[in-house]
Amino acid sequence: MWKHLPLWKLLSTVELSTSITKSKAIFSSALNFDYSKPHYIKFFSSGLYFIILFLFLFFSDPSPNLTFQSLQQPKTTTDAMALARRSSGLLKPLSTASSSSLLQRRPFSTDDTTTITVETSVPFTGHNCDPPSRSVDTTPKELMTFFTDMAFMRRMEIAADSLYKSKLIRGFCHLYDGQEAVSIGMEAAITKKDCIITAYRDHCIFLGRGGTLLESFAELMGRQAGCSRGKGGSMHFYKKDACFFGGHGIVGAQVPLGCGLAFAQKYRKEDHVTFTMYGDGAANQGQLFEALNMAALWDLPAILVCENNHYGMGTAEWRAAKSPAYYKRGDYVPGLKVDGMDAFAVKQACKFAKEHALKNGPIILEMDTYRYHGHSMSDPGSTYRTRDEISGVRQERDPIERIRKLIFAHDLATEKELKDIEKQARKEVDEAIAQAKESPMPDESELFTNVYRKGYGVESFGTDRKELRATLP
Amino acid sequence: MAIGVASFNLLQPVIGNYFCLIDENMWGIIRQNVGVTGGLSSQGLGNHMMRLRPVASAMRNYSSATKEMTVRDALNSALDEEMAADPNVFVMGEEVGEYQGAYKITKGLLDKYGPERVVDTPITEAGFAGIGVGAAYHGLRPVIEFMTFNFSMQAIDHVINSAAKSNYMSAGQINVPIVFRGPNGPAAGVGAQHSQCYGAWYGSVPGLKVLVPYSSEDARGLLKAAIRDPDPVVFLENELLYGESFPVSAESLDSSFCLPIGKAKIEREGKDITITAFSKMVGYALKAAEILEKDGINAEVINLRSIRPLDRATINASVRKTNRLVTVEEGFPQHGIGAEICASVVEDSFGYLDAPVERIAGADVPTPYAANLERMAFPQIEDIVRAAKRACYRSVPMSATA
Repeated sequence: MWKHLPLWKLLSTVELSTSITKSKAIFSSALNFDYSKPHYIKFFSSGLYFIILFLFLFFSDPSPNLTFQSLQQPKTTTDAMALARRSSGLLKPLSTASSSSLLQRRPFSTDDTTTITVETSVPFTGHNCDPPSRSVDTTPKELMTFFTDMAFMRRMEIAADSLYKSKLIRGFCHLYDGQEAVSIGMEAAITKKDCIITAYRDHCIFLGRGGTLLESFAELMGRQAGCSRGKGGSMHFYKKDACFFGGHGIVGAQVPLGCGLAFAQKYRKEDHVTFTMYGDGAANQGQLFEALNMAALWDLPAILVCENNHYGMGTAEWRAAKSPAYYKRGDYVPGLKVDGMDAFAVKQACKFAKEHALKNGPIILEMDTYRYHGHSMSDPGSTYRTRDEISGVRQERDPIERIRKLIFAHDLATEKELKDIEKQARKEVDEAIAQAKESPMPDESELFTNVYRKGYGVESFGTDRKELRATLP
Repeated sequence: MAIGVASFNLLQPVIGNYFCLIDENMWGIIRQNVGVTGGLSSQGLGNHMMRLRPVASAMRNYSSATKEMTVRDALNSALDEEMAADPNVFVMGEEVGEYQGAYKITKGLLDKYGPERVVDTPITEAGFAGIGVGAAYHGLRPVIEFMTFNFSMQAIDHVINSAAKSNYMSAGQINVPIVFRGPNGPAAGVGAQHSQCYGAWYGSVPGLKVLVPYSSEDARGLLKAAIRDPDPVVFLENELLYGESFPVSAESLDSSFCLPIGKAKIEREGKDITITAFSKMVGYALKAAEILEKDGINAEVINLRSIRPLDRATINASVRKTNRLVTVEEGFPQHGIGAEICASVVEDSFGYLDAPVERIAGADVPTPYAANLERMAFPQIEDIVRAAKRACYRSVPMSATA
């Protein structure tokens, strides 16, 4: 039994023995006790001491094996506040209506009813519009979903990094880690009938739209199970049934395309909007302003989302743009500057933008975000920025950490549970990679499929037309 | 390797999702402003078919009374009918609405369909071509007009990277049922920046279809087919043909008339030499054929109608018959349509060639303005005649080759 006792318990046996000695002395003095005098208090107090020590030693739980359901002593609100204050100070749970739930705790994953109000890290800055409020309503379920989804996205991108280095992914691979909050926040504010179109940093947007890990990894590795059956690659993920229109390799081209999607939505009198995403590098493209002009002229429900990660490939924003206030670049088009590392700020901004776009036409959202990786896998990311900057952002502004702190602040899960979620993410990603590796490469006949939707039996040729010809169906 | 004999003749049923009436060859007199007659002779291969079609021959009797229509009206009526048939079809471009079209092709459409379906744009090709492609992603059927295809270079990234390649890159998820149309090639005295032919550029891109109508029937049938097609189509018209009248058959006036994409048309049957041409050059080739006829050379004139897919079957079948080939185009000679046709014929029908393939193309210079220089910069009828005679080894004084 001794070896199961931790050190502090061993030390307390010293105390135990001294208390025994003490009590012995007290007992001996008890025999000669003069009951007419008030010495009995001393006797009882030392005995009480001994009893309490005894109870403490043998009934306390040495290992902090606090499962969610076994917690008997809920923490109070004041404790939560103290925790929040200890954290970066960015979290201010204004009120916990969940105080009622402190007494009966429900499992985190299904609690959709209690409202938690969260404040965004910084207030929104508006251009030609009144910015929305900083207070965002959410539920424990949404918070946990944010954490889980972002953990999956982060894990996927890190895994893609290793796959690229082991040459299973070829060509281009642009990673999104650091920017997950933009995708997550946006999805929380919209439906799958609202369209999203983005550039080449599209893996996580695809996941957010409902794509699976298997489809992602298989596409990256050029296999049949990929979302584009291996024919697109990293930059050309599509999911039309979820209104995700890619995945575009030409910087800036997706902006007029997105305005075209909005045009179609307006033409058909749908009550949906299009989110056209582009980076700070693309923000200087002429076709963006051409499309924005037309979108504003015709009141198209287009929301231009500038994911400003401050570097267009290797060029910092101040070296590329005379005015890096991208949310103001729309001039007559209203804009909103948003902390893109705060999923709730993104959610609030997208909700606001959707309402605005349906009534008044285009709006620009500038998401202030950051990418930990370089521009692509062939860019170490350190020739144009310092490692201190990268680690600084990771420490101060990481989107997943922010949600983690919120979860702790509102006591929705324990450290272990969150670690379990991350482990689960790792496991599922590894499984998806294994499955993707099993998937075969496209059949050679796929070289000639999908050139046209309707080929009229036209002939197409391989490199040596006397060797390889095919009829396009 | 088999090259099927192209059934370029009379009854050519086209199996498609939409109603496509039977393509009939042009009979009767092709009346043009310059007054040249086309061939009245029946098709070599179709002779046996003719006897089975009294209805068609009855129609032929009325050929001299067939309606005439300008290419402009043909395009306008095609657009009108397609917009009426499918509410997803809309027209977008510079001056297509209130101005009634820079070349009046879209005249009357704004009044009929309203500003939501006939959309005037600012002078921003990259922007509105991209918006058109985005609308097509979402399932609409845009008809994007470039005022001339020279301006399409501002938007060529959208035509090629956003439109042509999307169906392939998405493995069939996203098709782009868009038509980019407008005048292509030289007009008269418009200078270097407004005179280029883009057939070869767009024709080299897999995923695009490139159509080049000549007559009014071509214009109607091909434009309707293009609008109904689920893939991106580049529709290259010609400004100088807009005002020309051609006879149109009764079928071509039907609102469900369309021509098959990827099939050339033999405008004139012949047995001595094949001349391929497209757009305005078909007219020149027909006139050259008249002149050659007088010299005893019986020329077969092929109207390509489609640069991509190129009707190699028809061209090769014709060359196997005639053994000589002249290709005619207005565009720059290097890497041009004629180069592709020549290569195709050399690969597939080398043994049948009795003479080297002759190419007539635009001069290898930017287009000059001065009338005499401009005349030298683009093929004329005598160029085609001379090349044909060379291919027939008739004595033509050889000029010193550079």
